[in-house]
Amino acid sequence: MSVITGATKQVQVIRPQQRKHLRGNLVTALILGGPAFLLLLVFLIGPFFMGVAFSFTDERLVSPVPAQFIGTKNYSQMLQVSILTLDPVVDPTTNQPRHDAHGNLLYPSVRTFTQNEQKYPQYFQLEQWFSVNLGNQRFVVLAHDPTFLHSIFNNIFFALVVVPVQSGLGLLLALLVNQKLKGRNFFRTIYFSPVVTSMVVISIVWTFLYDKNVGLVNHMLKTVSFGAIGPVNWLGSPSTAMWAIIIMSVWQGVGLQMILFLAGLQDIPEQLYEAASIDGANPVQQFANVTLPGLRNVMVFVFIAITIAAFQLFTQVFVMTQGGPNDATSTVVFNIVQRGFVAQNIGYASAMSVVFFLFILAISFVQRYATREKKGK
Amino acid sequence: MQQQALIQTSAERTQRSRRLIRMIVQYAVNILLVLAFIFPLLFMASASLKTSNDVIFSDMESIRGLLPVGSLTLNNYVAVFQLSPFLRFLLNSIIVSSISVLLGVFFNSLAAFALSRLQWKGQKLVLTLIIATLIIPFETIVIPLLLLVNNLPNISMSGGLALTQGWFDTYQVQIIPFITSAFSIFLFYQFFKGIPIEMDEAALVDGASYFQIYRQVIMPNAGPVIATVAIFTFLGSWNSFLWPNMVIQSESVRPVMVGMNYFFQQNTQWGVVMAYATMVTLPVLAIFLAFQKAFVTSLAGSSVKG
Repeated sequence: MSVITGATKQVQVIRPQQRKHLRGNLVTALILGGPAFLLLLVFLIGPFFMGVAFSFTDERLVSPVPAQFIGTKNYSQMLQVSILTLDPVVDPTTNQPRHDAHGNLLYPSVRTFTQNEQKYPQYFQLEQWFSVNLGNQRFVVLAHDPTFLHSIFNNIFFALVVVPVQSGLGLLLALLVNQKLKGRNFFRTIYFSPVVTSMVVISIVWTFLYDKNVGLVNHMLKTVSFGAIGPVNWLGSPSTAMWAIIIMSVWQGVGLQMILFLAGLQDIPEQLYEAASIDGANPVQQFANVTLPGLRNVMVFVFIAITIAAFQLFTQVFVMTQGGPNDATSTVVFNIVQRGFVAQNIGYASAMSVVFFLFILAISFVQRYATREKKGK
Repeated sequence: MQQQALIQTSAERTQRSRRLIRMIVQYAVNILLVLAFIFPLLFMASASLKTSNDVIFSDMESIRGLLPVGSLTLNNYVAVFQLSPFLRFLLNSIIVSSISVLLGVFFNSLAAFALSRLQWKGQKLVLTLIIATLIIPFETIVIPLLLLVNNLPNISMSGGLALTQGWFDTYQVQIIPFITSAFSIFLFYQFFKGIPIEMDEAALVDGASYFQIYRQVIMPNAGPVIATVAIFTFLGSWNSFLWPNMVIQSESVRPVMVGMNYFFQQNTQWGVVMAYATMVTLPVLAIFLAFQKAFVTSLAGSSVKG
């Protein structure tokens, strides 16, 4: 006791000299914290601004010629789209539109427009992204880099499915393992174990499980549906490949959301439930009026975390599909790696990274705004 | 009177049976979920023990695909060592992960100490900057970082000391860029804030230096957060793929996950690939199970409060 009071007295004596003390502290702080601050500056903050700068150049990973400033060319190449309107091919003799063998209208080939610099400079070297038929006309959306635009939409699709499904399932699992039940620790451990398992390993194992001919998933589906669902080429067909990756990713990550929600559930004071049941609230009302509001902060965190993780989707795609088939599973980060590392086009990949970062930033802002604390309540 | 007692017991009985039904349903749901969550890992481990692709394929038509049944063999494990320098990869991963954990815990805790226990000019600014970097995903900077490390000077030790250019195919390229973690600093910072400042003051009066306070007052009290940061760093390093897949070509420094992907691309024998997968997964699962409690509590606490 006397030691402590003695110490406080001493400290009070030191206080008048605090200015000098602060200066001494600055040196100490920089010695102690300096290495970490410096590494952060060199390996995170530095590359971040380097990336912004590179995005306006044609910088390459290894190149004998120095990089040139090219303005916003990378960005325009990446994001430029133009619409080509095609009229059906008309038979010159009958003046009737021509049809193909299936009876569909025939349209001129897109290549005649995109490979002719003299006649159509505005379409030169663009590629078809997708097309829409309206009446007899066909509108072809052309882009310089349709794979990247595909990838953005693939990421958005992935996020739109995974965010609600994974947070919903995570909450259900948390409610389940929060019940007083013998062995619940065992259940929690099992549900969480895929989270700590390497994504490379998981992707490889699931590639086998998804195999069209011998995979377990198809065998299970066949058994459950009594043979009605035939072998699905999960990773090989454009309509199912992304779903296959989504199912696996939810399976892998949902344990994390379960743990986060579980912690949130346990932070809700028991008295709130007691008060609610005294007021005659049934379990559903208790869930809506006590549990959900109590989980608000966790929910915001979970939404943001899953959305950002959804936009980081890479390893699954790299190991399982390499972006295919037909760009169906290509993602922004997969493109960044393909352009920046495989093709060594640092400038272009940096521009992609900047766009990617702006996406992440926008998501964080939107979600923070949408789930903001309502004041004056 | 007696009738009332009877009514009560029957009410109790319905309540008890309702509770029993509820419990049975809960167990049934949980058991189904357990199956859903472990069947891929069961398949992995079982397939690694089977003799050939044909056996694995025919077993997958039934529940046998998930069970180690039939004639079993360890040949697949032997084959992994014959077909790839597995031990080398394993050693590389262990080296990279353990050094990353040690340096990460040390430097990030020191930084958090400077930010939380010392008062100095610019302290708030540095803290804000570090928190702000949490918004930058690694994927944003990976390409410029690639160029940066490709231009850093390197001291090559093979065949005498020599100064070479570029960090590709080294251990340090897998470690040094990731030592500082804003997230780790943040975790340490929050924890250190909770240790009473009077302890520092008392030590200062006793003539302790700030480093001594860090070593003798703060760190001995920071067990839980050290464990949290160590686990996060270890998992991040052990399971990392995007970065090492780009910067490591040479087998001499290749980590086990990059090796796993190459192995998968080059081998068509499922049993051998699954043996490899089992060997890189089991150590992590074992560590997770051993520290499971600390792990889950620290994880939940850190993110919710964050």
